[in-house]
Amino acid sequence: MTIQFNDETFKDDYTFKNSKEALARFPFPFHEDSYMYSVNLEPHVTTRSGSVFEKGFDVDEHYVSEMRDRAEVLAQDPLRSQSLPHMTLAGWDFLELVMENKAKDYPDLFELHKDGSTWRWINKPLGIDDTFTFLDDTTLPYGPLEYIGRQTQGDHVLLDQREDNLWADAGIVTTQADWSLDFDIGMNFNQWHAPVPLAAELGIFKRALKFLMNIQLGAPARRLNWTMTVNPLLDTSPENYAEWGIQKTDMNVDTVGAKQHLRVELQTLWRLPRSNALVFPIRCYLASFEDIATVPKWGRRLHRVVRDIPDELATYKGFIDNKPLMLDFLSKFDDGLPTSDGIWPDIETEPPLQK
Amino acid sequence: MSAGAEKISVTVSEKVVLNDLVTRFQFKRTDGDSFPAFSGGAHTVIEMTDGDMTRLNPYSLMSNPLLPDVYEISIRRDEDGRGGSKFMHDKVNVGDEMVLSYPVNLFSLDLRARKQLMIAGGIGITPFIAQIKQMSLLGGNFELHYSVRTKSLGSYVDELMDQHPNNVHIYHDDQEERIELEQLLSGQPLGTHVYVCGPKGMIDWVRSTAQSLGWPESSIHFEEFLAPQSGKPFSATLSKSNVTVEVGEHESLLEAIERAGVDAPYLCRGGACGQCETRVLEHDGEIKHHDHWLEDEERACGDKIMPCVSRFEGKTLVLDR
Amino acid sequence: MTDFEFPPSIDSRPVYGKLETRPGHAHLFIADAEGAAAILDFAAANADIMANSHIIYIPKDCGEKYVAQLEALNASQLYVGPSYPAAMSRINHVLATAHMGIQLYLAGTEGLMSETRTTATNAGVSLDSIQLEHRGSLSRRMQCVHCKGITENVITDPYVCSHCGLNLFVRDHYSERLGVFQGVRVDAEDHGNVPDAVELYK
Repeated sequence: MTIQFNDETFKDDYTFKNSKEALARFPFPFHEDSYMYSVNLEPHVTTRSGSVFEKGFDVDEHYVSEMRDRAEVLAQDPLRSQSLPHMTLAGWDFLELVMENKAKDYPDLFELHKDGSTWRWINKPLGIDDTFTFLDDTTLPYGPLEYIGRQTQGDHVLLDQREDNLWADAGIVTTQADWSLDFDIGMNFNQWHAPVPLAAELGIFKRALKFLMNIQLGAPARRLNWTMTVNPLLDTSPENYAEWGIQKTDMNVDTVGAKQHLRVELQTLWRLPRSNALVFPIRCYLASFEDIATVPKWGRRLHRVVRDIPDELATYKGFIDNKPLMLDFLSKFDDGLPTSDGIWPDIETEPPLQK
Repeated sequence: MSAGAEKISVTVSEKVVLNDLVTRFQFKRTDGDSFPAFSGGAHTVIEMTDGDMTRLNPYSLMSNPLLPDVYEISIRRDEDGRGGSKFMHDKVNVGDEMVLSYPVNLFSLDLRARKQLMIAGGIGITPFIAQIKQMSLLGGNFELHYSVRTKSLGSYVDELMDQHPNNVHIYHDDQEERIELEQLLSGQPLGTHVYVCGPKGMIDWVRSTAQSLGWPESSIHFEEFLAPQSGKPFSATLSKSNVTVEVGEHESLLEAIERAGVDAPYLCRGGACGQCETRVLEHDGEIKHHDHWLEDEERACGDKIMPCVSRFEGKTLVLDR
Repeated sequence: MTDFEFPPSIDSRPVYGKLETRPGHAHLFIADAEGAAAILDFAAANADIMANSHIIYIPKDCGEKYVAQLEALNASQLYVGPSYPAAMSRINHVLATAHMGIQLYLAGTEGLMSETRTTATNAGVSLDSIQLEHRGSLSRRMQCVHCKGITENVITDPYVCSHCGLNLFVRDHYSERLGVFQGVRVDAEDHGNVPDAVELYK
């Protein structure tokens, strides 16, 4: 399989663009015309050839540029990659998981050759050809989580399972929706979700935690999460809040279509063999409002979701102030027609915009 | 997708009688691949087909978690049990094909610990053998105190003493050797975690002694597989499936449900993990709770049951299955 | 029990109780200012463990108020120190030589309790061996999410980071590992627009 990799930026001049193919497979997160929290976990199995759900670890046209952006963020702030000492084994488990999955799913791009514990890993898009000893961190330039995290799209958090809870004890986090790894590392499931409004009252976290702790080897799970970002900026961290917070105020009726992005996280959860930990990859996909609006069903639905979302959620997700501007734009794409269930674009069957 | 963890087809590659009570079984994958690596303390659930009866029993993996060419378990013969261990000892031989589940770990090491203090009684040694193999490869500070009935019934004593002479202490019951538990638990450095696996009495003794000496709950770990107890036969109606099952004297409620062709969730099959928790819609009689999972209030309330180990005595039991 | 009723908050925000009797062979009390009263209340019901107790007390503004009463407890060791940094070497030494089964009782301001708990967990003490009872000042120990500097005794919202000078709003989001609440730039979306400082909980 050949992927044409973009050369683009996710900050400053923001040259990020989705090709037609990338937009067609964008994981639009809304399966109905309104949104409320749910424990929307499902088995992470191959679904729909060509979609982001087909492979264990999806690689797309943004891969090379995203990894370059990650390297720049880490150079500026190395605290975005940390591992408490007892999590090194889990890091090795994760390294193995990614390498085996990618070598199997993208054999033209990645190769893994094992000779006992001597492994050779070839990453063609990034020009990497490294030989190392599995489980021996002196043979890698970074700890195993950071080593493979620098080559894998999305943020990755390792969760230690103990005391009837999950603990975020390691992570590489440069594409987060406004949370700090340096602050949250070491927290348990309830603590790191503390700032999320409403969900706790609904019992969401209690049920989710129980489900997660029972995830077994060979049976990963996944869910979609979403938020809004102005400009295709991956590094929306609390640390850099002053730099990106101000960009939220810099939109008007002419620029909102191109600047306002829907930011979707494909979250997967995998049990790790030797450490018994879980890994939590959080893979970020961005699409501008004007691109989304080219898909009639998505245009209709996105307008309705934003229009009816409770203020508390819009505030927590950081877009309450821009909501009127967003609705101004989106209402042009809502002709009131019904929409099909499910997240898929259904281009063949959903009618074009009637206005 | 049926209940329990992923399954692996295996062939018995070795059967070694260690002593009068314990036999070790080694398995290789029938397709020739290696097994998944696992974390020391994990167990596998073996499917045993004995005539028209299928048993599913959990056993700790004792093979090397990091070198998974083979899986190994050791089984202690239980004359008074429901027949699973006798079936393995008497009817399973090298070359036989069986089905194992992927490893599931309900007794994992806390990797933050600065010292792992292991206390084993009898066949409870098996999870520690895997953990010690893992720590030998990866490093780590451990100390094992292993109580056996007699020298001849001391499974793996020689290997353990050979490989780890400074970290292993053996106590022979028949020579009146006893673990000096209070003393042992009184001088340990901060960051020590204690793990116990063995008969119920030993587990209760270690837990209560540690607690009374001020050890925090988070540092006390135990694993006890409850074998489902036999009991009076009873009926249970499965409301969603519209079927009534007759639970026999020597089968568990979960096994009866499975025998009726109803797919009920399970994982450990030993009353510890909570996965088989089932709502009781109606009951007229007494639920006999034998699990480690439900809270006291939940038991008293009578609206939940753990079918893998618990039973019922009375007229009516209606379950949400 | 603290006189102050903390308003209900998010799950990461610590909730303090009343020091309770626990089994153990050694008992370590660390308190500042009004926290001494919590130790005295506890000791009244647990006199038998004083022979195995080590009390470390930093009076701060309370001066001599509680010292005589603490002395009267006849703990096996009592230290009254001028400041937490001065007490650090003693605390570190006690923790380095402690055994499993030690119980920790922290009382007083959130700042002292947070910082001590972090020191203790770094030394290998489990979270469930540590009890906390709040007494006295409502000030917080805050970390600036931007420069990572910690500012002690924060009692207003917003406050000024004592390291980088940014104006930060006070979050209830708390890290047990670091022993701090999080401070975030208050004028991030509108540089220069800083609301007037208001006292916490008012």
